[in-house]
Amino acid sequence: MQKQSVFTSRWLPWLLIAPQMIVVLVFFYWPAGQAVRQSFLLQDAFGLSTVFVWFENYKELLADPDYFASVMRTFVFAAAIALSSLSAALLLAVMADKPLRGISVYRTLLIWPYAVAPPVVGVLWIFMLNPSLGILSHGLRAIGIDWNPLLDGNQAALLIILASAWKQISYNFLFFLAGLQSIPKSVHEAAAIDGARPVRRFWTITFPLLTPTIFFLIVINVVYAFFDTFGIIDTMTRGGPAKATETLVYKVYSDGLLGGNLGSSAAQSVILMGIVIALTAIQFRFVERKVTY
Amino acid sequence: MAGVTLRNVRKTYPGGVDAIKGVDFEVGDGQFCVLVGPSGCGKSTLLRMVAGLETITSGEIDIGGRVVNQVEPADRDIAMVFQNYALYPHMSVYNNMAYGLRNRGMAKPEIDKRVREAAQILEIGPMLDRKPKQLSGGQRQRVAMGRAIVRQPKVFLFDEPLSNLDAKLRIAMRVEIRKLQRRLNTTSIYVTHDQLEAMTLADVLVVMNGGVVEQIGNPLDIYQKPATTFVASFIGAPPMNLTPFKPGDASVPVPGNTGGILGVRPEDLTLTTGSAPDGGVRYDLTVEAIERVGAETFVYGSRNGAKDAVAVSAKPGELPPGEIIVRLPGQAAPAIGERIVAVAPRDKLHIFGTDGRNRIEL
Amino acid sequence: MVENEGLQRYVAHAILWIGIAIVAFPVYLAFVASTQDNAAIANGHMSLLPGGHFIETYYKTLFVGSSGTTREPVGTMLLNSLIMALSIALGKIAISILSAYAIVFFRFPFRMTVFWIIFITLMLPVEVRIYPTYKIAADLNLLDSYSGLALPLIASATATLLFRQFFMTVPDELLEASRIDGAGPFRFFKDTLLPLSRTNMAALFVILFIYGWNQYLWPLLITTRDDMQTIQVGIRKMIVTSDALTEWPVVMATSILAMLPPVLVVIVMQKLFVRGLVETEK
Repeated sequence: MQKQSVFTSRWLPWLLIAPQMIVVLVFFYWPAGQAVRQSFLLQDAFGLSTVFVWFENYKELLADPDYFASVMRTFVFAAAIALSSLSAALLLAVMADKPLRGISVYRTLLIWPYAVAPPVVGVLWIFMLNPSLGILSHGLRAIGIDWNPLLDGNQAALLIILASAWKQISYNFLFFLAGLQSIPKSVHEAAAIDGARPVRRFWTITFPLLTPTIFFLIVINVVYAFFDTFGIIDTMTRGGPAKATETLVYKVYSDGLLGGNLGSSAAQSVILMGIVIALTAIQFRFVERKVTY
Repeated sequence: MAGVTLRNVRKTYPGGVDAIKGVDFEVGDGQFCVLVGPSGCGKSTLLRMVAGLETITSGEIDIGGRVVNQVEPADRDIAMVFQNYALYPHMSVYNNMAYGLRNRGMAKPEIDKRVREAAQILEIGPMLDRKPKQLSGGQRQRVAMGRAIVRQPKVFLFDEPLSNLDAKLRIAMRVEIRKLQRRLNTTSIYVTHDQLEAMTLADVLVVMNGGVVEQIGNPLDIYQKPATTFVASFIGAPPMNLTPFKPGDASVPVPGNTGGILGVRPEDLTLTTGSAPDGGVRYDLTVEAIERVGAETFVYGSRNGAKDAVAVSAKPGELPPGEIIVRLPGQAAPAIGERIVAVAPRDKLHIFGTDGRNRIEL
Repeated sequence: MVENEGLQRYVAHAILWIGIAIVAFPVYLAFVASTQDNAAIANGHMSLLPGGHFIETYYKTLFVGSSGTTREPVGTMLLNSLIMALSIALGKIAISILSAYAIVFFRFPFRMTVFWIIFITLMLPVEVRIYPTYKIAADLNLLDSYSGLALPLIASATATLLFRQFFMTVPDELLEASRIDGAGPFRFFKDTLLPLSRTNMAALFVILFIYGWNQYLWPLLITTRDDMQTIQVGIRKMIVTSDALTEWPVVMATSILAMLPPVLVVIVMQKLFVRGLVETEK
């Protein structure tokens, strides 16, 4: 846990950690604590008095069909984004792992979308698929699809999922490629000598050896779908139409904008915190211990 | 120039582990002292205590007449060569050597002079601008030495400096270190687990085991008169044959025999067809294995009728109980399975008490 | 192996090129749109080849601003984004390397407590505590300020953990050799630890720069003045109005400009980027 050989000083280490401690306490622990505190309080309409109400805010929230729908939606989005992005990235990574010419060029051409900000992703995709001027919308209409994500909630959701998955391909590709390249060549060769054909070899050798990477990426993709899609949603659909793309984070944001119930908003934040902590715990426990060979 | 004196030095770790259990010895000015022992015996800890990298629980360490228990490593006027060299990977060879001098505020021309001198002595002049990564193991070793030399300290400390080199280079560097130390005449303390290195380098040999000093002295004296069975089996390769004997055992020529352990070095045994020389010892053996290394041959034999034999070797597993090694000059050797008789004269016998200590002079 | 010859290879090349096309198409389209006339785009008949309005559009975007809602030239937004990204990257590296140094190379009471206090921040992104953080920033008078933009995003442990992990791999003997060479805590940090951390710092800088540049929700809340908004926030404000009024070439030029710095960083410093990404996720 620590070095054998260290410096001893009474004041210097405190001086060194002071800047980070101050920032963390003021901008992390204080607000997080505030969120927890407020989630137990009820404020009257004018903000004049507050009452301690235990879990009243949580009860109300969980009984709210809107909130429940948002929870389900968020998980569906997360699953769809993770699944589509991971499969596309895995396919590309497996192809790029072959001894091809120009592999570094492929890699460069595939990883840069990581650097595109979510709101920009939103703008790019809405431009392609805007019902009136989007170039792809014309095509969709030409083959008989009544494409209008600004009115049709399912189409809006599909649009969000596609755009979010698009951005995440590069990240997943990079980690899959690293995972593939860390599998020793000799393992493949041994399997080939044992008579396994390429496809079979992929499912019986490569894929199992990739499970640590896959589990890690699932967690990362779910966290991404929870939080980073905010910018994509905000520039494309603003949570609409009729809340069809309102994820948990978007709901926290838009409820807060309306300036409504502080306690309920705080309770939403706390539940989100709980979800992230659970995901992190899964990553630390499950991913690092059990799935590592 | 200065000597180093340790007075009842102890080290207890916070967990309550006694790493050093009271060590006294003195290294005279300009002497080359080697601490040798198996891993975990406390030799490195002791060296690091002299360097000031480990605190001293009790006792005193004295360098050049000054007790340095509370003195920072930088102020002890020592220089150290580490096992992994600990070169600064981002600095050139030149800067690696100059760093300690600059920190002491030495003038640039003087630094330059010393670094170039050291580089010349160690034959690393052409490499001064290179980074440690670009050097071979032996060259890194030289740079580590150079870093120590330029400081012109009172004491050199070496922590297993050759253990990362291959066998041939190790021998070459061993000779060089010895020549260098003679030339600079700087007091040195050298830690190793290799008894051959210890024997060849030391003016003063300190054999350690389990946090205590087993024996101190001139290497050859120690070889000829090991004080304990531990020293007897640790110093010398192959190790001394050690066989326990019961009180009154007539085959062991000890006056007033009260039992103990009998030791004979493999080279002191000779094959014969006759009986043991007067007052000597005789082993009846069946040859189990032969090792021919060219100039000499090792014969491994098991003692006939010694099923109840007990191992007394300090290093478990080195020799099965009841097995005896005989070292023969040249290449002639008996066949495997042959029954042979090995004898040693009385003046080559080592007798120890049953606890492996209390050497008895015959 | 033998099987990799022939057809398989062509299939692999083809799939990779399709992937690249899918990944690149939206951006290509954006670039093409940014060089065309707004009218052609608005009536849905834009060409798939670059048009002749490149200089005009980019000049207007950078220095004049969209005639839509904000009218703020994108040049200002780029500057704001740059300041914010640099403050986040440099600020985080600075405070993290110092605290990691203290945690690894010193022994002091409550050392592990301090470590855990910092470590826990790893788990919660700013989004989950967004309004309380906003309130604190407002109370501290940090709205519409660069420190307000950067500080809450600095409050996380990723960089500290990375440095800690790296410091743990520095051999003990290096510190010991330094001590024998007469270096104290300051000298050891400056002469040995900092130079050894250079690659890690650079990799971290690349990742944090992209992270900072691409922030959206927090800048959206904390900036109210148009001249303080970052480019990500600016883009959204340009498409606030109905389709007819949106100046698509300017929006697309802004998008291109918004992604250009981080994308260039990824491509030019690819090695550092990959290293940073892999290291920070450990």
